[in-house]
Amino acid sequence: MSTKQLALVIDLNVCVGCHACVTSCKEWNTSGWAGPLTDTNPYGADPNGVFFNRVQTFECGTFPNTETIHFPKSCLHCEEPPCVPVCPTGASYKREEDGIVLVDYDKCIGCKYCSWSCPYGAREFDPVQGVMKKCTLCVDRIYDKTIEEERRKPACVLACPAGARIFGDVKDPESEASKAIRDAGGFQLMPEWGTSPANHYLPRRKTTTTLHADELVRVDNPLKADGEKPRPAFTTPTIDGVSSW
Amino acid sequence: MKPAFSVVFLTTLIGAGQGLLIALASGQIYDAIGTGAKPAPGSFYAIGALVALVLLCLGLVASIFHLANPQRGWRAATRWRTSWLSREVILIPLVCGLAVLYGGVHALGWSPVVASFGNGKTLDLAMALGLLAVAGSLALFVATGMVYACVRFIRQWASGWTVINYLLMGLASGFTLAAAFATLMDSALRGFLTSAALVLTLGALAARSWQVWLNATAKSRSSMKTAIGVHHGQIRQVTQGFMGQSFNTVEFFAPGGPETVRGLTVFFLLAGFAAPAALLAAGLPCLAFACQFIGLLAERWVFFAAGTHVQNLYYQAKA
Repeated sequence: MSTKQLALVIDLNVCVGCHACVTSCKEWNTSGWAGPLTDTNPYGADPNGVFFNRVQTFECGTFPNTETIHFPKSCLHCEEPPCVPVCPTGASYKREEDGIVLVDYDKCIGCKYCSWSCPYGAREFDPVQGVMKKCTLCVDRIYDKTIEEERRKPACVLACPAGARIFGDVKDPESEASKAIRDAGGFQLMPEWGTSPANHYLPRRKTTTTLHADELVRVDNPLKADGEKPRPAFTTPTIDGVSSW
Repeated sequence: MKPAFSVVFLTTLIGAGQGLLIALASGQIYDAIGTGAKPAPGSFYAIGALVALVLLCLGLVASIFHLANPQRGWRAATRWRTSWLSREVILIPLVCGLAVLYGGVHALGWSPVVASFGNGKTLDLAMALGLLAVAGSLALFVATGMVYACVRFIRQWASGWTVINYLLMGLASGFTLAAAFATLMDSALRGFLTSAALVLTLGALAARSWQVWLNATAKSRSSMKTAIGVHHGQIRQVTQGFMGQSFNTVEFFAPGGPETVRGLTVFFLLAGFAAPAALLAAGLPCLAFACQFIGLLAERWVFFAAGTHVQNLYYQAKA
């Protein structure tokens, strides 16, 4: 087990479902190391395409007592990835040094068996190149020394306008990601399978406040208490000596 | 899951091939034990092994159509330590090779003694190769079954019954084919092979029906609650995030829906098992094999189509 595990922490309380992470992910990765993320029939009646990241929307409860949850989903870079041992060629692997799960496109034979072994549906097959593709955690930009240091983060994290995505080492207790998981009740998806996903989600939080009736009206309003100031007499001295009103 | 015809043909063809090899070796043992009848000639086993080899090779050809990059297919043999798929990829050519050796030795009429026992009996080369072919075929049945049984996220597959059924259905079709072959060759083994095929077909019917029943009542371990980590009793998907299709909405869903699966289940239970058993009992093994193979193609289609994957929880609604 690696001592470092890079991952995303996604705050479901903050995500507004704008899909900025989806489009920036597609843009970065289709033109980078992992690309192209091919689309078939993109402008036709039945489009199909490869994405590493999707934002889904769920609704809890019955109207009018409902709650909307925007749910970004990408590869969770499991610490026990079920997709890795089943690969017959070794194309699917987990990096020792940082825990990122990757596909070696030069070894992948396109049998799709790894996608069957992922409960999260995180892998998407590219029918044009004939290989399996998945989130790389932007491995081609997080170590790129030509990019200024604070921008060496996955494209989705940089794109999120609400700041719902945190990137970091979840094995380092002092990282921003670990602190968020610890302090805000971070959880993993489908823990029942023992996959131990590295990506965590922060739960929805209800913020409530109690208002009392007297708080709705300002009782100590100075204007109301004092009324308007009395009109000065015509002869009252003024600063300029000319006008009093 | 979307049934891939390449895999449907691969598993049914190699299943019949392996079953035929095991049936031939069983016939040889049956002869060796001594029934009084004249043992079948070497040409019977040689031609039989050739038929098995053709079936196995046709299966291999079908499997190549499943790969998007077949030119790198050799790499699939490298991860046999962890992957059942890799083990299957190694065992298919191994069983093909054993079929060639088994048939070749019979065709050439070689019978050098490999081992002799204390009671005066001997093991000749042909029989030794036959036993190896049986072992290889059984191992391949286990590997093929485990390729599917080890996919934990498809509850209809993740069961020991998957392995048992691949074994029983392969043996049933192989022995039925052997019975048909023995009838065509007018061999004395006809009676033995027909009876064995009948027993195996009925056994496969029982085991497969049991798995159909188990799958109809199985419960999923995951729910919307664990899928998105929201502890609410009533969660519905508003949108899966896109209006079109993706790999996840094509690969993991069967065309035709549950009605097709139900209809074809009835069809394969009749055409794959019940009708062939009746035809075998009536002494028509050739017709029985043709009927059984069509039934098993439907069975394999249903096996894939009936598998529901956990990831489908995330792909339920478009908007």
